[in-house]
Amino acid sequence: MTTVVAADNAPLITSRAAGWINRNGPVLAAFAAIFALWEIGVRAFAIPDYLLPGPLLIASKIISSWQLLLLNAVVTLEEILSGFLLSVAVAIPLAVAVVYSRLFERVAFPFMVSLQTIPKVALAPILVIWLGYGILPKVMVAFLISFFPIVINSVIGMRSAEKEMIYLVQSMGAGELTTFLKIRLPKALPSIFGGLKVGMGQAVVGATVGEFIAAENGLGYLQLISQVRLDTTLLFAAVVVLSFLGVLLFNIVGWIEQLVLPWNRVATEIVE
Amino acid sequence: MAPVEAIERSPTAGVPIVIRGVTKHYRAARGGDVHALAEIDLSIKAGEFVSIVGPSGCGKSTLLMLVSGLLAPTSGTIEINRLPVKGAVPNIAIVFQRDVLLDWRTVLANVLLPVEIKKLDPVVHRQKARELLRSVGLSEFEDKYPAELSGGMRQRVAICRALVQGPGLLLMDEPFGALDALTREQMNLDLQRMWRRDRNTVLFITHSIEEAVLLSDRVVVMSSRPGRIADVVVNELSRPRGAHTRSEPRFVEHVERIREHFLALGVLSET
Repeated sequence: MTTVVAADNAPLITSRAAGWINRNGPVLAAFAAIFALWEIGVRAFAIPDYLLPGPLLIASKIISSWQLLLLNAVVTLEEILSGFLLSVAVAIPLAVAVVYSRLFERVAFPFMVSLQTIPKVALAPILVIWLGYGILPKVMVAFLISFFPIVINSVIGMRSAEKEMIYLVQSMGAGELTTFLKIRLPKALPSIFGGLKVGMGQAVVGATVGEFIAAENGLGYLQLISQVRLDTTLLFAAVVVLSFLGVLLFNIVGWIEQLVLPWNRVATEIVE
Repeated sequence: MAPVEAIERSPTAGVPIVIRGVTKHYRAARGGDVHALAEIDLSIKAGEFVSIVGPSGCGKSTLLMLVSGLLAPTSGTIEINRLPVKGAVPNIAIVFQRDVLLDWRTVLANVLLPVEIKKLDPVVHRQKARELLRSVGLSEFEDKYPAELSGGMRQRVAICRALVQGPGLLLMDEPFGALDALTREQMNLDLQRMWRRDRNTVLFITHSIEEAVLLSDRVVVMSSRPGRIADVVVNELSRPRGAHTRSEPRFVEHVERIREHFLALGVLSET
């Protein structure tokens, strides 16, 4: 594999690149068009930078302030991941409890579903009072907001096994644990990953909002400071980095999904 | 067809079943008592192929669940291989109308599921699983996922999964009901071939009278609400049976006799 002659390899690479362009070309073209229009508009109408900086200016700001952005991004990333992992650690065992316990099914689950309608962001100021200015309130907001999609999707997934499937393994003498490990859990994984993807996006929102309310660092905090200083370009730069972080984290979950569930791609992808 | 003779005959040939005075009542979802089965008595010999035909809701699937030990009868007893059924029975296998293959396992891993759960010898059974898949023409699909297979192929895999453990009793609940007519005919022949090789006892539920007559040593006709045995047709037609069997006078006679029952029960109406 490693000793492929370059000449033989070249057409493969070109065809791969062609495939990549085929798939992603339209999206890239759309982004390029928007940025071009934006840049042209900003220059043509001489819009001041404190109102709307052009994409080139934002790009150069990101490059010149990369250390500042990186430092704050690391803080926000830590909050997002802590909140998200806490969600996973609580939501999945809870989903198992809902599927296996009548009490949890009848009381806890409807309770959680009704709690979901509370705007969790509105709880952030209360959490600051309780938990102070450190990382904890941001982690808690990220946790609260990403928790519900994960638990609900996990429950739906674990309930999705057909009754014949359960009969089948029971007739083979499987107990509850075996049934769970061999049937319910793998059957639920696509749905669980759906919940994880939504939850990851929500955790980014939660951490940022937490920083808006009370923080001493982080991308949300940087945005707040830039706003006060009317440094709109830095504000945009923070938005770009935050968006990049969100997309990256979402895709990492997606990559893990593809790695863990190769069969799911086979089942859902349309063969060309 | 494939070289079935290459496969060794299963050491666990069929087991006898004795059903005595079995009744089943259960509570309906909206309350009220449903009398699903009334006094079923049926003896099945070791290695016999018995079909049950009857209208929808006659309790034939319930009877199958009772024999599998997944449901308990309200009264009466069921013995498999002279042992009373209590809970899951070790030496049986079930095939449903839905293939219920596990999407996350390859074809071979699906066939090996009972081996894993029952903790049987993995090496021996891996070999056997491969041979079974070869005998139904699915050798090349061992490492594919079920989503890549057609409906008929999937049900073949489900049958291989049932047979890998060499079950003494094979319970089949309308296994070919979801397949197209041509695939179904082929599956009937495949099943007959495998049964003649292994001689498991088979309890086969179907809606198709012709399928029942083609495959069975005896056809049990059930009437509905509560389910009871209306008739037992002994079918002595010589084996192997195939397309030629369908034109034999005795075959037509048996089919007619069962159809008469359905007409009498009002399940079929000629007006």
